[in-house]
Amino acid sequence: MTKKQFPLTLAIAATTLLAVGTSSAHRLWILPSTTILSGENQWVSVEAAISNDLFFPNHHALPLERITALSPTGKTVELKSAAEGEIRSSFELLLEEQGTYRITSQMNGMFASWKENGEPKRLRSNEEELGKMDLSKMEELKLFKSNTRVESIITCGETTEVALKGDGLEFEFITHPNDLFSGETATFRVMLNGKPAAGQEITIVKGNDRFRNSVDEMVLTSNDDGIIEITWTEPGRYWINGSADLEAGEFKGLPMKQGASYTLTVEVLPE
Amino acid sequence: MKTTLFKLLLCAIPTLLLTGSLPVTAGELTAKIVIPELDVAEYHRPYVAVWIETPERELIQHIAVWYDTEMENKEGETWLKDLRQWWRKGGRSLQMPVEAVSGPTKPVGEHEISIPLDSPLLSKLKPGPYFFVVEASREVGGREMQRVPFEWSLTPKIDEEVQGETELGKITLKSNS
Repeated sequence: MTKKQFPLTLAIAATTLLAVGTSSAHRLWILPSTTILSGENQWVSVEAAISNDLFFPNHHALPLERITALSPTGKTVELKSAAEGEIRSSFELLLEEQGTYRITSQMNGMFASWKENGEPKRLRSNEEELGKMDLSKMEELKLFKSNTRVESIITCGETTEVALKGDGLEFEFITHPNDLFSGETATFRVMLNGKPAAGQEITIVKGNDRFRNSVDEMVLTSNDDGIIEITWTEPGRYWINGSADLEAGEFKGLPMKQGASYTLTVEVLPE
Repeated sequence: MKTTLFKLLLCAIPTLLLTGSLPVTAGELTAKIVIPELDVAEYHRPYVAVWIETPERELIQHIAVWYDTEMENKEGETWLKDLRQWWRKGGRSLQMPVEAVSGPTKPVGEHEISIPLDSPLLSKLKPGPYFFVVEASREVGGREMQRVPFEWSLTPKIDEEVQGETELGKITLKSNS
């Protein structure tokens, strides 16, 4: 990280801190130009941002350093023409294999907030850096550890399985995320640290909210098996998000809250 | 799905024992598909997919795919996914081109597909209800799908007609023997 980038990163830390564990107007998203492709050696362009409106960049770029794209066989796909601007990151992907690709922004971060001479301070960091600080002397110290995952999934040719990662919050795709049609119902299983998460709230918001007067969000709660069923009433791009509070932990003997969040953008096609 | 097929089979067994699964009569299943003339600023011939599906809407037989087969580097395949329902139901697992199924795009007008009743294309059909489905998608244009219901039997008597709305004109399906 260069010094020039530092203030921006701090600002993002604050944003992300709010976005995890509490509801926030700031939404993280990765948006491919299309999610279903045919033919060989196809290109897709991808935008990634933290914004209020879906899917219009208006706040911060989602940092490229967190983003990876994996091919159907698990190879890392190069982010071509990658650029990280102030309000939006962008890149292109060349799809050389047939099957399902996964674009993921993963952040396993630690956050600290405290007071110094009465002034509130915030820091996005990691275990190593925070471990070097003398945390015990900080006033009103709050520690938070998060697993923040933002994804989008695309398929060229025939769909292939999207494997579970086993950590944080994620979906087991009983319905493939690249096979969503208006008038149909998609079934996903919400998983938390590799196990079905019952009673987990999942929020679904259709894109283009700028052109309507209400958010019209849909909030679903997973059943005992972690299952949510989403019935698509209209085609479009959708933002799907959930965040879970995990059991509190400790860091260097100090209490630490923990959370995990998952965000997925999908396309729903007309029948 | 499996149960339904099983039931269909059960009903068919007595007859099957006597005659086999294909109609014994010589004859054809003939579809006529109209690609309408459109008054638009930019016109490209539509991509068209034709298939047979079950009442559960599962594709059981590809009949035709008309796409741009002339472009270099198979670039015409880039737009096959715009035949959205065909693509998800089976198009994406095909290796193009497919003999006796795929071919170039067609101009405005009526196009006939004639299949002998004893063709391998129809050998998967057990007696019962089906849909003959036509989907069209046009570059910088619209998309439309029409389902023509028909009843298959060992002596099919099919005479169906569906009127398309925008991207498709009249579609007729007839059997003669």
